[in-house]
Amino acid sequence: MASTHPVILEMRSITKEFPGVKALSDVSLTVRADEIHAICGENGAGKSTLMKVLSGVYPYGTYDGEIVYQGQVCEFKDIRASEASGIVIIHQELALIPELSITENIFLGNEPTRFGIINWNEARQRTLELLARVGLSDDPDTPVKEIGVGKQQLVEIAKALNKSVRLLILDEPTAALNESDSQHLLDLIRGLKGKGISSIMISHKLNEIEAVADSITIIRDGKTIETLNVAADGVDEDRIIKGMVGRTLESRFPDHEPKIGEVFFEVKDWTVGHPQVADRLVCKGSAFNVRRGEIVGFAGLMGAGRTELARSIFGRSYGRYISGQIIKDGKEVTLRNVPQAIDAGLGYVTEDRKSLGLNLLDDIKATTVSAALHKITHNFVVSEEEEYAVAEDYRKQLRTKTPSVDEGVAKLSGGNQQKVVLAKWMFTDPDLLILDEPTRGIDVGAKYEIYGIIQRLANQGKGVIVISSELPELLGLSDRIYTIFEGSVTGVLPKGEASQESLMKLMTAKKKTA
Amino acid sequence: MKSIRQIFGGDLRQFGMIFALIILTLFFQWRTEGRTLTSFNLQNLISGNAYVLILAIGMVLVIIAGHIDLSVGSVAAFVGIVVALTMRDWNLPWYVGVLVGLVLGALIGAWQGFWVAFVGIPAFIVTLAGMLLFRGANQYFGHSNTVPVSKDFQFLGAGYLPEVGPDTGFNNLTLLLGLLLVAAVVWGEIRARRTAAKFGMDTVPLWVSVVKVVLIGAVVLYATYLFATGRPGTSFPVPGIILGALVLIYGFISAKTVIGRHIYAVGGNRHAAELSGVQSKKVNFLVIMNMSILAGLAGMIFVARSTGSGPSDGVGWELDAIAAVFIGGAAVSGGVGTVVGSMIGGLVMAMLNNGLQLLSVGADLTQIIKGLVLLAAVAIDVYNKTQGRPSLIGLMTRNFGGRNKPPAPETTADVLPNTTTEVIKQDS
Repeated sequence: MASTHPVILEMRSITKEFPGVKALSDVSLTVRADEIHAICGENGAGKSTLMKVLSGVYPYGTYDGEIVYQGQVCEFKDIRASEASGIVIIHQELALIPELSITENIFLGNEPTRFGIINWNEARQRTLELLARVGLSDDPDTPVKEIGVGKQQLVEIAKALNKSVRLLILDEPTAALNESDSQHLLDLIRGLKGKGISSIMISHKLNEIEAVADSITIIRDGKTIETLNVAADGVDEDRIIKGMVGRTLESRFPDHEPKIGEVFFEVKDWTVGHPQVADRLVCKGSAFNVRRGEIVGFAGLMGAGRTELARSIFGRSYGRYISGQIIKDGKEVTLRNVPQAIDAGLGYVTEDRKSLGLNLLDDIKATTVSAALHKITHNFVVSEEEEYAVAEDYRKQLRTKTPSVDEGVAKLSGGNQQKVVLAKWMFTDPDLLILDEPTRGIDVGAKYEIYGIIQRLANQGKGVIVISSELPELLGLSDRIYTIFEGSVTGVLPKGEASQESLMKLMTAKKKTA
Repeated sequence: MKSIRQIFGGDLRQFGMIFALIILTLFFQWRTEGRTLTSFNLQNLISGNAYVLILAIGMVLVIIAGHIDLSVGSVAAFVGIVVALTMRDWNLPWYVGVLVGLVLGALIGAWQGFWVAFVGIPAFIVTLAGMLLFRGANQYFGHSNTVPVSKDFQFLGAGYLPEVGPDTGFNNLTLLLGLLLVAAVVWGEIRARRTAAKFGMDTVPLWVSVVKVVLIGAVVLYATYLFATGRPGTSFPVPGIILGALVLIYGFISAKTVIGRHIYAVGGNRHAAELSGVQSKKVNFLVIMNMSILAGLAGMIFVARSTGSGPSDGVGWELDAIAAVFIGGAAVSGGVGTVVGSMIGGLVMAMLNNGLQLLSVGADLTQIIKGLVLLAAVAIDVYNKTQGRPSLIGLMTRNFGGRNKPPAPETTADVLPNTTTEVIKQDS
């Protein structure tokens, strides 16, 4: 049915390389008029990169392959060029300015002027029409910060309509929306389809894709895997998951014989509020436990609340604590701030090494000791000799590649930076180490070494929590895996029972039973 | 070139500024026909700039932590007037006056630190308010009059080390101080070599150490000679002693203690510091509070030197202190800077002032030159950072140091994984 419509966009053999990394390799995508085309893939598969190529964020010349749009080969040099031809992208992080009104936002960069003076009356009039088209009845003068995320998303679409959009790209449009707002948005997209506007939609919510998409292109590791026609192929969620995770598990993990002891760390009824939004919860009654010597995986999609859970436990360094208990070694502990958490034997390695994990001005030795300065401080003096000795010791243990520990951490590669961060936390001698995306941005060889370090830590009787978006990594490394969805723990699977499919189901669906 | 770097401890920016200071001094010595390096002029230079340098000590910590303090001049003036008034009206001895000043400085600092650290108002705003507030308070309490201070108190700002012991033709205490300093330099170098050897770190060749010690020793001894042979009754100025003690204390705190590490950590990456267990609010509070204590001290020294506290004391001091810190190698974005560097930066500015004055250059031109020097020093630094080059002296030696450059560290690989991180982020 959908296949009878004319093709409006064809991306042929798109290859995009970043220095040393092939983000997209020979990806093709065909979008027809009057269809909603979903792009599915795991985190890091290359979906957003592909959309950035299409919308001119990566200008013509920085990628190989060609884009044919409405019968013409396009060479977009920036976003303006793609918008001029009717391709508009709406990013996951909305590009609205909170202090400005709806009208001002819709016409930002596109103001109707006469002799250089903005005609606000005309702008306001047109805003009213646009808002009607997306089903909003708010006053166009309302500042955007005063309307909810769901309505903000609609304002973004109104803004796109104002640019006479023909092809709308939506990157995770419903990620931040609740059920009814999502439904409204999806209805709107479906309605636009009938009015000659096609959409490309990136989403992790497979049920939504199943519901609205006409065709689905699956991308994995920067390659097109397949394009499915939803109606003709009888596609359901399981089918999509199979396509997304279909790769074979290679043995990329050091051999490891776990020595698991008793439960020593337990979290109960953990509920945390969003730091800025008053009534939004990022963790909802989560509960889990960790045994000595155990590597526990946390699986969940981006935005599911894994990091929020970890950081709120780590000395309430994220969000507003609402309720919950932490029981360590049989005793309830209250960790109000990071120093208390460190004292209680917790360590947390952040997913965002550069902005949260490292002081890029520091050298290796200063970073190594920075979370446990008291250990090398005697009579108020930080011993530089011991600092050097400690850093050297970890450099050798972890085989960090660096000319010397006096080197700045900014100069190290991602893998070596991560080793320095691990050294920093190992030096605090934690009982429980939480690793948030420990191998993000790290090449395969270094990953193997990091896995080895994690296993050694577990062998020493420490509990290790690994948060990862890469399911093969979790399956290869963890002794037990918890799944998290929308701030709640939705299940736990021991190593033998977990598979990518079973995890993906728990990660994308709400808890069905209590 | 590498050896020269080793002599000066490898900190290129700092070395660049030391180099500039030496060139500047020699230039003025030549242009003023020897009037720069005289006992009288050096004594003036030190006691006339000690208060700015003391402010720079506090300011560098504030700037390392990522803030700025615009209120220091007004705080200095306010503490000055309160100390002068209490001593006059309640007949307090000078040391009680000093105590009053320090406590008042601490209270003011706690007030400003509270707003910055715990309420989260940017220090720029809090201290801009403080600048108005305490300037007004100075004039309110002092009725815009000048309040004189006693001779005892003036010793703090205008005094010299006293004459003691046998008549050697020198001031004995100054001599002793100079010799101690040389001994400390020698001992420090020996100790550094020992630890380096013990831990298998790269040790510099022996001759480099010897040259370094001889050079620094010669400078110290020459300065000692000049200070110890001034007009009768003069020697090394008391404000210089106070300054020297503070440089030692704060240099030590910033480099060798936990709180010092934490200040750099908060300025370098506050989030990373907090996730490493640094209590950034406490650090910010202490840094801002400390600044006001030092501002109070600087105010008292100034009052002591000018024999009375006036309504326009301290106007523009914040700018001198900030300029000294930035010339001395601190970064506007925080996390970078040293106490010693700021002292050198301050001395460069002081030497410029002094030399131009001796050459009878007017205040107008002096300001223009100082402005350009500040801009140039920071511009070179910013330029070098964007070029990935270390600093001033790197630039100066680029053309003739190429052959015996140390092998480049293996850092080529870092382009790769960083981009990977970004790719993944973009895809999330």
